[in-house]
Amino acid sequence: MRFGVVVFPGTWSDCDFHYVVSEVLHQPVRYVWHRERELRELDCVILPGGFSYGDYLRAGAVAGRSPVVEALGDFVAGGGLVLGSCNGFQILCEAGLLPGVLTRNECLQYRCQSSHLVVENVDTPFTRGLRPGQVLTMPISHGEGKYYTDPATLARLKQQNLIVFRYAEADGRITKKSNPNGSLDNIAGVVNPEGTVLGMMPHPERASEAAMGGTDGLLMLQSLLGSLVEDGSFLKR
Amino acid sequence: MTGAEPKVTLDLALEAGLTAEEYDRILSRLGREPTYAELGLFSALWSEHCAYKHSRVFLARLPQSGAHVLQGPGENAGAIDIGDGWAVVFKIESHNHPSFIEPFQGAATGVGGILRDIFTMGARPIAILDSLRFGELDQPKVPELVNGVVSGISWYGNCFGCPTVGGEIAFAPEYAGNPLVNVMCVGLVRADQIFRARAEGPGNPVFYVGNKTGRDGIHGATMASATFDEHAEERRPTVQVGDPFTEKLLLEACLEVMRTGAVVGIQDMGAAGLACCTSEMPARSGTGMDVELSRVPQRETGMTPYEILLSESQERMLLVAARGREEDVRRVFAKWELDAVEIGRVTEGGELTARLGGEIVARVPVDLLAEAPKYRKPTAEPSWLAERRAFDPLTLPEPGDYGAALVQLLGSPTIASKEWAFRQYDQQVGINTLVLPGSDAAVLRVKGTRRALAVSTDGNGRQVFLDPRRGAAMAVCEAARNVSCSGGEPRGITDCLNFGSPERPEILWQFAEAVEGIALACRALDLPVVGGNVSFYNETSGRAILPTPVIGVVGVLDDAGRRATQWFKGAGHRVALLGPDQVSLGGSEYLWARERRLAGALAPLDLETERRVQRAVRAAVSAGLVTAAHDCSEGGLAVALAEGCVTGRELIGCEATVPAVARADLVLFGEGPSRIVVAVETARAREFEALMAESAIPWRWVGTTGGERLVIRVGTEVLLDVGTAQLEQAWRTGFERHVA
Repeated sequence: MRFGVVVFPGTWSDCDFHYVVSEVLHQPVRYVWHRERELRELDCVILPGGFSYGDYLRAGAVAGRSPVVEALGDFVAGGGLVLGSCNGFQILCEAGLLPGVLTRNECLQYRCQSSHLVVENVDTPFTRGLRPGQVLTMPISHGEGKYYTDPATLARLKQQNLIVFRYAEADGRITKKSNPNGSLDNIAGVVNPEGTVLGMMPHPERASEAAMGGTDGLLMLQSLLGSLVEDGSFLKR
Repeated sequence: MTGAEPKVTLDLALEAGLTAEEYDRILSRLGREPTYAELGLFSALWSEHCAYKHSRVFLARLPQSGAHVLQGPGENAGAIDIGDGWAVVFKIESHNHPSFIEPFQGAATGVGGILRDIFTMGARPIAILDSLRFGELDQPKVPELVNGVVSGISWYGNCFGCPTVGGEIAFAPEYAGNPLVNVMCVGLVRADQIFRARAEGPGNPVFYVGNKTGRDGIHGATMASATFDEHAEERRPTVQVGDPFTEKLLLEACLEVMRTGAVVGIQDMGAAGLACCTSEMPARSGTGMDVELSRVPQRETGMTPYEILLSESQERMLLVAARGREEDVRRVFAKWELDAVEIGRVTEGGELTARLGGEIVARVPVDLLAEAPKYRKPTAEPSWLAERRAFDPLTLPEPGDYGAALVQLLGSPTIASKEWAFRQYDQQVGINTLVLPGSDAAVLRVKGTRRALAVSTDGNGRQVFLDPRRGAAMAVCEAARNVSCSGGEPRGITDCLNFGSPERPEILWQFAEAVEGIALACRALDLPVVGGNVSFYNETSGRAILPTPVIGVVGVLDDAGRRATQWFKGAGHRVALLGPDQVSLGGSEYLWARERRLAGALAPLDLETERRVQRAVRAAVSAGLVTAAHDCSEGGLAVALAEGCVTGRELIGCEATVPAVARADLVLFGEGPSRIVVAVETARAREFEALMAESAIPWRWVGTTGGERLVIRVGTEVLLDVGTAQLEQAWRTGFERHVA
């Protein structure tokens, strides 16, 4: 499976994703510069964490209008997969590829800590190797991760099963205490109706090796590999 | 010469911070009066901050070389060989004065400055450690300062993308008017690809790269070379303003342009900005430089030559390229949307010539600028010190309740959990951090090798105050011990020496003694000092801070998998105390927390024992014999055991028995060097005993882990029996409740 890791000015999880895909997942991967529009040879585009363009305006607002993100529409329409983590999730929302917005953490401070996620939807290429209700542990690291959307959109997300991860306790219970940033309904990750664009605040690349304290992030990436069927087309949903 | 700026007189020179003798020296060497811009150059480059005028004669005592040293002091940062073709580049620096005046930007640009020192050497920064000191949290403004400094560090480090993996936060009233913000950065580079701040090759083009120049931070170096009075906050305009996004672009552009082979030399424009780079770089290479100031990218209009030369605007570098390779430089910086403007050339003849529109505004020999006068000012032991030291803490009554005393100590802000600060810092970007903040040392892997780095910073102002020589030696030992506890072999140190005004003989005595102590410890532990920083004038209205050398140590683990952390891992592990019994309550956290008293004598320090204890713990960690290793520092043995119980993921109790070699409060809470608590699985106890016997160090078994309480017997009497949940509660909330 061919991966591309997008580099905006100010991106910093690019090297980490590149390392995990190439050294842990052993898949071909290349960096994609933010001015590029040609993505056709890739199977999965990763939008990594960081502060694209400094995020001085609103996290992801500038990157959401960049050439590479403009090209994602066609890429997705052609069956390509997109994973946005942290700043990548913010960018996907700003670009309108996913519903909702990510606003300043409720505590008004940056938060870097371990978080537990309960898997709500296993019907996506990113989560098909997981069990419903399974609890994953991955770090978060962000200042603007409070997910919000209007009630109608929230109802649609629920009805169409588009909420993929919710912050939870270690035993899977959804509590206010386990919500690290004040996200609506503890939402940590959402997917598009086709299941091909996933945005999430946590960092799977930081939980992909036992040495780094856990491999739950790798489970997600391994799910992706399983979703590529032998003839090279994607197994959808 | 331009006539637009004020005529330079002795009065103006004095106002600029020079002395009459220094001004005379300039006059005689130039053979004329300096221009206003030239006066600015001397004012900045001959400031204490840039020139180390009062410290240099003492710093020469420090060991600076060793088998692994690739770069010692004198460059932007030091470098140590760690094997497999890799080198680690590291340095610690202070941003104390700016952080008091404007805590958020002061601390943020402190992070920015040290990051540039690392990547200007060609290294990618992989870790930041912050050593912070504030007044007591019930003193006015202190919680606001803590909040400002922590959020400034968080903002800059997180946006830039370098993890903050360690450091310390300590409190004492002497820091209320002069908080200390010392930031250490560690970077990785191929050992044969280190870049240096040289301006070699007359005719080579000189590029200004990075952020534009504004009027911020003018005279920052001079400001940092004076004490504060009640008008300190009026100096806010001398504090720089940071832009971590631009710094990130500058990092990537610098590392990329270095890979093209077009770079001859490069230096960060830090203190004294362009003035510093255009004189220091040629001075190191026996060359000169001719620069046109109107070409300098500016974000304000009408800047004078003086302002352009002395601005401390952030995120800028001066780069000397190989002639003919100009396009490589321009192409890389254009890709990262940064300015890269050729502003001049390297010249022969050893002069810095600065022009504005072709007209010469400054022409000075670079060696004169770079070689400020050195002073050996008088030193004198403070008259009150002997009396302070003579105080015997054992004349105080013993506590009625030892358990309550322990709970109070764990909840003292200096000892309590600093999670409130660390969770605001990204700790993992780069996916190298194997041991996160919260243990004695942070451990980072070196990808592509089996090795890892262990890093720690330490300092103890109280101990240095009571005995500068021994206290500073102890700081070196403790920082190194922290690294050894994690399994790393200390390879080199960087020091940040924070003191009051060196013009006072008793302060300079503290400094001289402390440097001597550092030198003694470094020689004994075979640790070169490869770089660092002196911060004098940390005093407000005549009251100085505690003398505070902060020591940063970098160590190497040959096998990243063989490492230890400080917390107990399970029940039924045997607990041992390595090191001597001699401890003291003089200068201890216990004496401060209970009595608000800073007095007494320090415990003895035997450097040979220290060396052996550290070697023994490293051997035990690398043999996989210990499940936890923790330095006994503030709060003594009782606090070290309690931290073993409560600082890990789960609470684990411990029952310990120690011999009644002295009064119980001294045995429990006394502080002394060379002491380490370790936990050993019962099945490995015999092996461990054999290893300790070989190591020829004092040690003894003291207890066993397990249960839900920490129980300590001194002799046969149970003196302390507290639930781990209560200990944890005190430790978790002791700092956070003051600042959240």
